Amino acid sequence: MLKDITLGQYYPVDSVVHRLDPRVKLFGTLMYVICLFVADHVAGFALMTVVLATVIFLSKVPFSYMVRGLKAIVLLLVIAGAFNLFLTPGEAAFTLWKISVSWAGIKSALLMVFRMTYLIIGTSIMTLTTTPNQLTDGLEKSLRLLNYIHVPVHEIAMMMSIALRFIPILIEETDKIMKAQMARGADFEKKGLVNKAKAMVPLLVPLFVSAFRRANDLALAMEARCYHGGEGRTKMKPLHYRRIDAVAYVAILFVFAASIAVAILY
Amino acid sequence: MSLILDHVSYTYSVGSGYEVKALNDVNLKIEDGEFIGIIGHTGSGKSTLVQHLNGLIQATSGTIYYNGADIYDKDYDRKELRTQVGMVFQYPEHQLFETTVFEDVKYGPKNQGLDDKQATLRAFEALQKVKFPEENYDASPFELSGGQKRRAAIAGVIAMKPAVLILDEPTAGLDPKGRDEILGLIREMHDKSGITIILVSHSMEDVANYVDRIIVMEKGAPLFDGAPREVFANYKKLEEIGLAAPQVTYLMHDLYDQGYPVDPQATTVEEAKQEILRVFGNR
Ligand SMILES: Nc1ncnc2c1ncn2[C@@H]1O[C@H](COP(=O)(O)OP(=O)(O)OP(=O)(O)O)[C@@H](O)[C@H]1O
Ligand SMILES: [Mg+2]
Repeated sequence: MLKDITLGQYYPVDSVVHRLDPRVKLFGTLMYVICLFVADHVAGFALMTVVLATVIFLSKVPFSYMVRGLKAIVLLLVIAGAFNLFLTPGEAAFTLWKISVSWAGIKSALLMVFRMTYLIIGTSIMTLTTTPNQLTDGLEKSLRLLNYIHVPVHEIAMMMSIALRFIPILIEETDKIMKAQMARGADFEKKGLVNKAKAMVPLLVPLFVSAFRRANDLALAMEARCYHGGEGRTKMKPLHYRRIDAVAYVAILFVFAASIAVAILY
Repeated sequence: MSLILDHVSYTYSVGSGYEVKALNDVNLKIEDGEFIGIIGHTGSGKSTLVQHLNGLIQATSGTIYYNGADIYDKDYDRKELRTQVGMVFQYPEHQLFETTVFEDVKYGPKNQGLDDKQATLRAFEALQKVKFPEENYDASPFELSGGQKRRAAIAGVIAMKPAVLILDEPTAGLDPKGRDEILGLIREMHDKSGITIILVSHSMEDVANYVDRIIVMEKGAPLFDGAPREVFANYKKLEEIGLAAPQVTYLMHDLYDQGYPVDPQATTVEEAKQEILRVFGNR
């Protein structure tokens, strides 16, 4: 049922990757994405495969978990792949009915699928090994410079972490409300748009009432503790770089350099 | 007519890294017309257990039989089961949604396929039964006091005329007076209409005064199961798992240990009073 949705989907094990500073992971993910788009040769694929396999191994998260995110985009992959395959002009490799498939089409379809797959897996490593709180902390700290051009970084980060914090609470609440209404004979699997919408009312009303109540309570609780925005605020768990983070930075830059080199060489 | 749980186990979030084994091989038989209290420490699996009884949660392994039929059978009508086995959840806020209390109580009967007239009749009966103040029938359910919300929620379920009524912590957040009223009401319903009642609670005191059978849950399985006096006889063990027997149990045991010939198994204040009067009264 609903509770099986794993949003934020942090996977709780203790590994090197989990212990890295979130800023390193954000930076690493960014570099990884750039590398993916730089790579357009088998050698580049191979390099990224080795990197990805190493990180997955180090993260101790089961591989089946990583590919779970792929299920949602299989259709997208197929469509995007097909478009690239059939609609890229060039020297024909073979012909199906009247549609000819070019070598360039095959290449760009493969590239496309490879990039999307690796993109999803790579970024899900980030969310699987970093709690939402660490993530927003990392973002807040990394984007600090934007404060100088009056972007309210702290406020945005605070809103993000509150929103992320509320997702599991609201999912749980939805689950409970659904059960309470099902116990009174509600049927959430009705056919037809109007019936479906009608069936949602007994779910949505209590959910909204409770969401507003929670938001109100939270605002009060924050005010009661003198919350007044980011200025002069200290962290309970400040982010500190450790040696392992330095090592990771070096590794990331090394991979980045290597993939640029590969792209130039081939 | 009975509910039978046969080797029922349940694990939350299977395969996510957050697995929680909430029920561990539970075997139970619940007969028609019983008044049962389920008690246990926080997280002992009480709510999980009762949600199995009307098919809201499906056991990871094991089976449940209602009136002899396997409720996990492909052809079994679980929607019908839910109207047979009514369930009132801990928070009335989770089910109240209509514009008026009366409309809200009608929601269940309407889902059963009754027409408006019959549903109105059912709602009226149910609200009468829970002694909901008549002047508030047309109030918004969001403007009620905690006790009134609870009554409205209970009415919403009994309006469906279930054969078994499950109440998950019906007295949480109520003052002692509200608590006694609600529990008295439930007892009255049980005695008058003979429906099976299953009451989930933290409090021994509550349970001791009202129920006929107590099931103590501990780590996802029943630890004790029997009449209150039998269960409270194990008050030392109950303390070990973080539960306490009713105050009178301690008093009676202390008296007994000091050599007075009282019956240490008296469980309610009334019984204790009788015992003490019997022993000390004619001195
Ligand atoms: N939706 C859920 N997802 C994951 N785990 C859950 C969920 N609901 C309950 N649990 C876990 O299952 C176990 C039993 O929970 P349950 O709610 O049945 O306990 P309980 O006896 O009703 O407790 P309480 O007295 O606090 O209501 C607990 O360890 C709890 O953390
Ligand atoms: Mg509970």
